[in-house]
Amino acid sequence: MAATSLEGADAPQPRTAKAAPRAVGRLRPWQVMIALAALFVVISLARQLSGGTDLTSVGQWGGTLSFAMPIGLAGLGGLWAERAGVVNIGLEGMMVLGTFGGGYVAWHTHSAWLGLLAGIALGALGGLLHAYLTVTLGVDHIVSGVAINLLAPGFAAYLSKLAFTTPAATAQGGGQKQSPPVPGFSRITIPGLSSWLAHLDAHHWFLVSDLAGLIGGIVTGLSVITVLAVALLIGSYFVLWRTPFGLRLRSCGENPTAAESLGVNVYRYKYAAVLVSGGLAGLGGVFIAMVNSNFFLDGQTGGRGYIGLASMIFGNWRIGGLAAGAGLFGYTDSLQGRADTTSVHALLLIVAVLLIGLALWNGYRRRYLRAGIGLAIGALVVVWFTATKSLPAEFLVVTPHITTLLVMGLASQRLRMPKADGLVYRRGQGT
Amino acid sequence: MNANTKPPAAAERPAKGLGKGLGKGIDREKLLLAVAAPVLALIATMVITAIVLLCSGKEPFGALRVMGTYLGYSDYQVNTLNQATTYYLGALAVAFGFRMKLFNIGVDGQYRIGAFFAAVAGGAVNLPAVLEIPMIMVVSMACAGLWAGIAGWLKVTRGVSEVITSIMLNAVAGSVIAYLLNPKRLALAVGNDVRTPKIPDSGHFFSFNLAGGQLWGFIIIAALVGIGFHLLLNRTRFGFDLRATGRSESAALASGVNVKRMVVVSMLVSGALAGLIGMPQLLNSSYQYSVDFPAGIGFTCIGIALVGRNNPVGIAFAALLFAFLDTVANPLQFNGYQVELVPVIEGTIVVCVVGTYEVVRRYGLRRQQSRVGEQLGRTGPTATDTAKGVAA
Repeated sequence: MAATSLEGADAPQPRTAKAAPRAVGRLRPWQVMIALAALFVVISLARQLSGGTDLTSVGQWGGTLSFAMPIGLAGLGGLWAERAGVVNIGLEGMMVLGTFGGGYVAWHTHSAWLGLLAGIALGALGGLLHAYLTVTLGVDHIVSGVAINLLAPGFAAYLSKLAFTTPAATAQGGGQKQSPPVPGFSRITIPGLSSWLAHLDAHHWFLVSDLAGLIGGIVTGLSVITVLAVALLIGSYFVLWRTPFGLRLRSCGENPTAAESLGVNVYRYKYAAVLVSGGLAGLGGVFIAMVNSNFFLDGQTGGRGYIGLASMIFGNWRIGGLAAGAGLFGYTDSLQGRADTTSVHALLLIVAVLLIGLALWNGYRRRYLRAGIGLAIGALVVVWFTATKSLPAEFLVVTPHITTLLVMGLASQRLRMPKADGLVYRRGQGT
Repeated sequence: MNANTKPPAAAERPAKGLGKGLGKGIDREKLLLAVAAPVLALIATMVITAIVLLCSGKEPFGALRVMGTYLGYSDYQVNTLNQATTYYLGALAVAFGFRMKLFNIGVDGQYRIGAFFAAVAGGAVNLPAVLEIPMIMVVSMACAGLWAGIAGWLKVTRGVSEVITSIMLNAVAGSVIAYLLNPKRLALAVGNDVRTPKIPDSGHFFSFNLAGGQLWGFIIIAALVGIGFHLLLNRTRFGFDLRATGRSESAALASGVNVKRMVVVSMLVSGALAGLIGMPQLLNSSYQYSVDFPAGIGFTCIGIALVGRNNPVGIAFAALLFAFLDTVANPLQFNGYQVELVPVIEGTIVVCVVGTYEVVRRYGLRRQQSRVGEQLGRTGPTATDTAKGVAA
C-alpha cells in the first residue's frame, strides 16, 4: 500500500490507464494554451461589446501582475508546506510578519533589499513556530495556524507602534499603524516598445489592442521582485518535481511512514518545507508593503494569505493551477481598484459567455442536466447584465472568495490533495 | 518526546477505560495534568510578555501590576463580565465544531450575518417582549446557522474542507452586509452613521444595575447555553455520536453513526450558536446594527475555545481572562503601556496553551500507559511494548 501511494506522488510516471486518479484533472500544455487563448478572445470580445476599455488596458494587466504576485507567493508557500503534509493556515500571519519586517528594516537601513531579506526572515520565523508546534509537538495543523494568525498581527501592531511613533519616524510620516515611506525596488520598462504598445492599446482594435495591453502591462514598470517571484514559481516546480529532494519532500506529504522506511528524515523535510513556506509568505508580505505600496500599514494583507491558500487548492496543489488561480484573483483585484464601472460590469458578460460555453461543452458530452443548469445560470447572468448598468462594488471585492467557493463546489471531485496532508505524524508511528 | 506513541484516537479511549477500572490514582493525576497545562501556559506567557516589555524598554512586570490593580475595580469587573458573555457564546460555537474535529473558522461571518438580519427583523416589527426577543434571537440563529450550513453542505456533498469554505464565507458575509447596510436598501443614514432601524423597547433585554454599571442580563442566557452544551454533549446519544466522530470518523461510521448527517447538523448548530454572539451587544447595548458593530470577535473566540480546551467550564475561565485583558487595555495605555500589548498577550497565551496541552497530553498518556503496563504485571517490558499493548 505504501509503495502505490508513493507512486501516486511521482509526477513523471508514465500515463497508464491504471495510473492514480489525478490524471483526470490534468491538462496537457497545448490544451492549456488553447484554453487561455480562448479566454483572451472572450475577454477581448466583451471589451469590444461593452466598451469597458479597462478590461484589457496596459494598466489593468500591469495591476493584475502586481496583485497576483502576493497571492501567488502565499499560495506557493502553502504548496510547499502541504506537499510535505503540513497544512499552513498561518500563511496570513506570516505574511503580516513579512509586511512589518520589510517595512521596518527597509526604512531603518534605507535598503530595499535588506528589507526584503528581513521580511523573508520574519515570515520564516513564523514558519519555524508553525513547524515546531505541528511537527515537533504534534499540535493539530489548523489549530497551530489559527494561533499564529492571532499572534502575528498582534506582534506586528505592537512593534509597529513602538517603531514608527518615535520622533525620527513621525517626522518622516510614520504613525501608530504605518511606517514612513520606504525605498522601493527598481522597475523595468522597455523604452520605445512600452510607449508604442500603450499607443496601440489606445486604438481599441479587436484583439490587437488587447494583446498590446497584455504585453504592455508586462513590459511597463515591471518590478524586479515580480521577476523574482515568477522565477521562484518556476524554480519551485523544478525543485519539487524534478529533484530527489523534491520527491522526498512530497513523499512526506503522501505517505510519511513509507518515506521514513526508505530512510527519509521526515521531520527534517517537514521543517524545511514549512520554513520555505513561511519565507515565501513573508516575501508575499514584502511585495504588498514595498512593491504594491511604499510603506507598511497595519492590516495591509487584507486576508490575501487565505486567498493564496485558496488559489493553491483551486490549482489542485500544483504550480500551474496555482499560478492560474493567482492570476484570476489578481485580475479581479486589479479591476476593482480601477474607476471604470463599465469594465467591472462587463465581467458579467464574460462570466455569462464562459458559463454558456461550459454548458455547450457539457451538452456535447451528453451531460444534459449539467448543461441545462449551466445554460439557465448563464441566461440569468445575461439578464442581469442587460438589466443593470453597474455591478455593486461590494461584490467585486469578494470575487476571489466566491470563485473559490464555486470552483471547490463544482470541481472538488477532481482535486486531489497530498494523501497525508494535515495529518499529525509522529516519528516511528508505523512500526 | 517519546517517538512511539500511537495516534491519539486509537490510544486514548482504551487507556481511559482501563484507567477508571484501576482506581482513583490515575484520575487524580489526570486532574493534576489538566490543571498543569494552562498554568504552565500562563507562566510561559508571563515570561514572554516580560521579555517583550523588557525589549521595548519597559518595566517587565509593571503591566501585570497595573492589571492586578484594575481587577479590583467594580466597573472593570462589570465590563469584563459583559464582554465575557459575548466571548463565551462565541467560543462555545467554535468548540461545538471542534469537538467533532470540524473547524468552523467562519464563526466571524456567521455571527455578523445573524446579528445583521436579526437587527433588521427587530427594527421592522414591534411585538410584545415575550415574542420580540425570542424572534430576534431565532432570526439571528437561523441566519447564522444557515450560513454555516453552506460550509457543512459543501463538505458532505462535495467533499470540500470546511476550513477554506468557512474562511471564504467570512469575506462574502462581510460584503453581503456592506451591500445591504446601505440607505438605499435595508439601512438608514442618520448623520454620519449608517445603521439599521432601532429595535423597539420591547426588544431590549433586561440588565442588572450594579455598583459598577449595567451588567447585561444576557449573561444568564450564556450560562444556560453553557449548561445545555455540557448536557447535549455528555448526556445524549447525539453528543456521544458527535464526540465519537471527532475521535475517529471511521470508528463512528462502523458503529452506525451517520457521519454526513452529523457534519451538517453540527455545522448548523455551531452556526446557530454563533448567531448568539451578536445578541448581547444587540439586545443589551446598541439595539441596532451599524457600521461600527463589533467585527472580528469570531477569531478571538477560536482562540478562547482553544484555551478553554473546548470544555464549557474551561471556556468560561478563558472567556473571562480574554475579556479582562480587553477591558484592561485602556488602563494599560494610561499607565504608559501600549493598547497593542493585549493582542500580543492573547496571541501568546493561545500559542503557549496549544503547545503545552499537546505536551502534557502526550506526557500523561505515556505515564498512564506505562503504569497500566506495570499493573498488568508485565515483567520488564520496554515503554514501546507497553504502549503497544495498551493501544492494541
